[in-house]
Amino acid sequence: MSAAAEAAASPPGVLRAPLVVEFPFTRSLGPVQSAFLTGLRERVVLGVRTTAGQVMVPPVEYDPVTAEEIRELVQVATTGTVTTWAWNDHPRPNQPLDSPFAWALVRLDGADTALLHALDAPGPDAVRTGMRVRIRWAAQRTGAITDIACFEPHEGPADPQGAPHDGAFAEPVTGIVAEARLDYTYSPGRAQTAYINALSERRTVGERCPSCHKVYVPPRGACPTCGVATTDRVEVGPAGTVTTYCVVNIKARNLDIEVPYVYAHIALDGADLALHGRIGGIPYDQVRMGLRVEPVWTEGGRYPDHYRPTGEPDADYDAYKELI
Amino acid sequence: MARTPRYAREVAVVAFAQSDHRRRTDELSEVEMVMPVLHQVLARTGLKAGEIGFTCSGSSDYLAGRAFSFTMTLDGVGAWPPISESHVEMDGAWALYEAWVKIQTGEADTALVYAYGKSSPGPVRDVLTRQLDPYYLAPLWPDSVALAALQAQALIDAGETDEPALAAIGARSRASARTGNPHAQLTGAVPQGDYQVRPLRTGDCPPIGDGAAAVVLAAGDTARRLCERPAWITGIDHRIEAHALGLRDLTDSPSTRIAAEHAGLFEAPVDTAELHAPFSSQEVVLRKALGLDEGVAVNRSGGALAANPVMAAGLIRIGEAAARIHRRESDRAVAHATSGPCLQQNLVAVLEGDRA
Ligand SMILES: [Zn+2]
Repeated sequence: MSAAAEAAASPPGVLRAPLVVEFPFTRSLGPVQSAFLTGLRERVVLGVRTTAGQVMVPPVEYDPVTAEEIRELVQVATTGTVTTWAWNDHPRPNQPLDSPFAWALVRLDGADTALLHALDAPGPDAVRTGMRVRIRWAAQRTGAITDIACFEPHEGPADPQGAPHDGAFAEPVTGIVAEARLDYTYSPGRAQTAYINALSERRTVGERCPSCHKVYVPPRGACPTCGVATTDRVEVGPAGTVTTYCVVNIKARNLDIEVPYVYAHIALDGADLALHGRIGGIPYDQVRMGLRVEPVWTEGGRYPDHYRPTGEPDADYDAYKELI
Repeated sequence: MARTPRYAREVAVVAFAQSDHRRRTDELSEVEMVMPVLHQVLARTGLKAGEIGFTCSGSSDYLAGRAFSFTMTLDGVGAWPPISESHVEMDGAWALYEAWVKIQTGEADTALVYAYGKSSPGPVRDVLTRQLDPYYLAPLWPDSVALAALQAQALIDAGETDEPALAAIGARSRASARTGNPHAQLTGAVPQGDYQVRPLRTGDCPPIGDGAAAVVLAAGDTARRLCERPAWITGIDHRIEAHALGLRDLTDSPSTRIAAEHAGLFEAPVDTAELHAPFSSQEVVLRKALGLDEGVAVNRSGGALAANPVMAAGLIRIGEAAARIHRRESDRAVAHATSGPCLQQNLVAVLEGDRA
């Protein structure tokens, strides 16, 4: 997992594009989690007492051994002891500190279990298991684990601790939004690369299964019936037949097309699988199964903008019924 | 054969295949990467895809960032018209477990199990943070190496290992891969390198890469017909640790030990172990939990320190152990697979070959 390995180059001629996946989950909190995270907002750290009498920090809703509901809250200190640590010379995106820091599991005074967070220290020589630390609070606190900015070294007495707490705060936090974004580099693979490259020349190229001879458009590299690689490239179309369609009445976000419009399955001539596309150049209520259509390209377009009628007579139902 | 019949049906691994594991496979889609492995494993049994009773796969869409990617790789099986099939968003070792249960129920006599991981398109250390507790851990983005390093330091503090001993585990693994595993990504002498997250150095960490693997399971006489020396699964079990890292003793793996007990590992010695320890420090924990002594051949394949296709590396441990039984290099082997941070969840399988 070295930086050098992460920067390893990919072979030339391979298509690639950035792919960003974002998933901001909204999650509700149980009563114990709510008390804990609201407490952090108020600079109070709460644990929960397990059935066996241990104080768990961070606390959970159910006993980790017996699975019983546990609700008895206890206030613990903001000071504690490092139980294990790991020096992180190269902080990664979104981690608690931008400059080198130690990851640490810290058992807060009054707790029997440890909490994971960052420890701000000048260097690895300043960190050891057993060292004393305390919480550095974030300036802006919202009721999240990041309300703890990090831990910092601490020489001094432990905070008071061990008092029961009813977990009641004004305006309790009842949920969190867990933001997440991951950045990928997408490469389409052998079959789809050939398909995309042909599209850039305004040609539609599918692949034929060597076993059942079906022509797949767009090709995905394998015949799902035979479980073998599709091999022979076959140019199909450009014209095709509408095999089925629907009338779209709801405007899609980020799509500048007036509704209603028709979205159709189109079997290009020579293909054994219909692809889908928008039908234009004809009133939406005159589109029909069997309509013969051809692609319309726009300047600089990477794929057909839409399909329009060719003016040929409609195809016989028998000619496309297997493709519906 | 002196095996105790622990289960309703005898089930064996009858074939194993894997891809070469590589840093990148940009020129291949996932199905294009997986399909040759499926063909190889079926060819080893002489079975056609349509003759398989149940198919189960393990993978994670998060690795390559492609939603429902497992439905695409199903094309490589020939899944249309629909076959009896399932998927786990876990390592393929757990797909094997599901397939084994399916055969135990009598609903299938054979199963195809496959797994794949394409880590190269994304930042896998960060991607794996998304499997963590969403309230207390995920917002801090503690990456997979950082969490393993916390466990390694705990082991060093407890006097169970030190940095030279950890380095020796990585070096031994990749030396084994050089002689025993043509599919490995890293083989031979690899510099121990700088700290990635101290105390773990580059050599203590698995390579990042892409790859796939597949096994065929079969019951009873079908297994005997398909394979000269079936690797009988005489025990299999999986267990999980408490969720909170700070609640666990990171120097031990009670879940592995309990799974091993239930799989019957301790009833007789083993000659071979394939341990899924992506980090050198985790091998220390697993050897202790499984009670392996110096006489046991551990990770002759090189293990995950030589090739770590995420979601397939655990299934590969079972496949490698079975392949040694097929080749008569082992009579009784233990295979282990793990999932999650710091050996969170562990599966143990005991495999045995018939003695002449
Ligand atoms: Zn076919």
